[in-house]
Amino acid sequence: MIGDYTYDQFFSILAMQGFAGLILFSVFVLMALGLAIIFGQMGVINMAHGEFMILGAYVTWGVSLLVTSFAPVLFPVYFFVAMGLGFCASFALGLLVEWAMIRHLYRRPLDTLLATWGLSLILQQLYRSVFGAREVGVTLPDWMMGSLPLTDIIEVPINGLFVMGLTTLIAIGVFLLMFRSRWGKQVRAVTQNRVMAGAVGIDTRRVDRLTFGLGCGIAGVAGSAFTMIGSTGPTAGQLYIVDTFLVVVFGGAASLFGTIASAFAISQAQSSMEFFMSGSMAKVLTLLTVVGILMLRPQGLFTLKIRR
Amino acid sequence: MTDDVPGKRPHTLNRRKLLAAMAAIPALGMLGSSRAFAQDTSTATVNTTGLAVTDTDVTVGILHSVTGTMAISETGSVQAEILAIEQINAMGGVLGRQIKYIQEDGASDWPTFAEKAKKLLVQDKVASVMGCWTSASRKAVLPVFEQYNGMLYYPTFYEGLEESPNVIYTGQEATQQILAGIDWVVDTKGAKSFYLLGSDYIWPRTSNKIARRHIEMKGLKVVGEEYYPLEHTQFNSVINKIKLTKPDVIYAIVVGGSNVAFYKQLKAAGIDLTKEAPLLLTISVTEDEILGIGGENIVGAYAAMKYFQSLENENNAAFVRAFKERWGDGIVIGDVTQAAYLGPWLWKAAVEKAGSFDVDKVREASPGIELATAPEGYVKIHENHHLWSKLRIGHARADGQYDVVYETAELMEPDPFPEGYQ
Repeated sequence: MIGDYTYDQFFSILAMQGFAGLILFSVFVLMALGLAIIFGQMGVINMAHGEFMILGAYVTWGVSLLVTSFAPVLFPVYFFVAMGLGFCASFALGLLVEWAMIRHLYRRPLDTLLATWGLSLILQQLYRSVFGAREVGVTLPDWMMGSLPLTDIIEVPINGLFVMGLTTLIAIGVFLLMFRSRWGKQVRAVTQNRVMAGAVGIDTRRVDRLTFGLGCGIAGVAGSAFTMIGSTGPTAGQLYIVDTFLVVVFGGAASLFGTIASAFAISQAQSSMEFFMSGSMAKVLTLLTVVGILMLRPQGLFTLKIRR
Repeated sequence: MTDDVPGKRPHTLNRRKLLAAMAAIPALGMLGSSRAFAQDTSTATVNTTGLAVTDTDVTVGILHSVTGTMAISETGSVQAEILAIEQINAMGGVLGRQIKYIQEDGASDWPTFAEKAKKLLVQDKVASVMGCWTSASRKAVLPVFEQYNGMLYYPTFYEGLEESPNVIYTGQEATQQILAGIDWVVDTKGAKSFYLLGSDYIWPRTSNKIARRHIEMKGLKVVGEEYYPLEHTQFNSVINKIKLTKPDVIYAIVVGGSNVAFYKQLKAAGIDLTKEAPLLLTISVTEDEILGIGGENIVGAYAAMKYFQSLENENNAAFVRAFKERWGDGIVIGDVTQAAYLGPWLWKAAVEKAGSFDVDKVREASPGIELATAPEGYVKIHENHHLWSKLRIGHARADGQYDVVYETAELMEPDPFPEGYQ
């Protein structure tokens, strides 16, 4: 392949692939951050994570319809409103699910697996009954479509830049929340030693509920952002769930930094390999590598050092 | 308690006479019902293989995915088949019997298709099945249909290389769809280089193999060939490659939910299909898929199909009207939906010609059956169980419909085993 291109072109190829890789990285981080908070901090395996994402997507679709019919002048900026509403909707649903189901299952990870998988099936059928079995199309404002030409050959898609910017914002937000706020300290205390945290006066129940809600809310924002690049249908959540778990487990479940690192590794590996061989082959090799590394280091890339 | 009362005749003789008298009644009934027909349509004659046929109705099966990644494509087929069955019932049914249908969900999972097919044939004993969409699902159910001697009416355009006695293929096979489409884009648009892209399973791979052979036989270039898993959603890498290799034509066979991601990302990457540099020719995007993709994301693309909702002829006008009345004004009708609509009609015609529901007799009667009321125009069943049909090229509009820009002058003969393409 290298022989067919000039030096200039080859450089541009690398640059564009680099961007594609960064976009994939942002997508993975956005998907996985919500799950990392829930799985990592609380040990809850949320198989319905994809469905929370799709709730955000459906909310975006609903908002786009409302704005088109009632306030067309707001169309260029409706997307930000939609994302905010998507966060709220998934946050609220997350709180409800935590109160109704998850809080009874904290010490039983296999049971939460089964229960949340059942929840995902219920939510899928709910979406199918309410929104229809077929996929819905979300119309985007014009400024979000198209790409920015950086040079003659290098062009970067705008929605890719948007996703990257959004991911950076959310990652910084989560970091500040977890490591610089009082509430974040409470969450980390509960993760490290639940009993002692309760003994020093932290309301562990409330912390758990808000954490779960936050994780689901982030999933909602991710789903909302993905209407730009993917499809929105009752089963669209299933497209993301496997990759999300892959990223979280590979990074080491209890470490947010690990999630980001593993998202970077997997996305770069996959997108680089995709360029030189077919998409399926690249996916196979990436997965094989992940399996191999996990066999050698089952706790993932980064682990939390806690004294038990 | 004993029934032996001395002096009375034994009950068994009475019972025997009573039974004999009762047996005469259905015989009279059969005489009455078959009075209307020239042939004998008593259940005993039309159904010698134990199918689910009674004097008043016959049961068929519908086997499609209404859940999962293929639901976006297969829902239309279910609607078309139900509409056809309702129209046939309103006209009096088949051989005087109303058609009842049992619908099963394949759930976009091929083993489930095989399981449900077996259930329909063995447990429900349906007289025929209208079903399947992807080649993978058809390949999964084929052994079941051949083992239990069922008849499948398969509506999707597919790669050919198959000619089963237990399937009637109401969609086009590869040579009818691919070869003529490539010829058109070379002759009309002067295309010289192609980038082949597809989802990773049998239909896109085999189709691209046929396309590649045809392109190379014409002395033109294939500059790239890529496959992505069916549920893949990130196409930026291949879009970059397309931008770099600058083909004249992107030959896209992306299937199912991946379609939405691909066309949105293509547009986001700045490739404007209306400028036709490159031009996009697809054989896998019908009006159904555009509902999910969004017309504005795919405007300017070309599709090679035998049917478009915007076809102008009397049959189609009536068909579209009936479809919208039944399923709602906002509904769209793609090529596969129309082919699915043909299934029950072709089955009815074969059953009436054979005078029987038995699959073997239906199979014997099928070749040569003509349907002049098809929305796509006129079709005829070939000996190889495929249909003679025309090919059309459509130009995608922003509102989700196609403008028909080309139509083959003659009906194309189906050739599922073309020489030199295997």
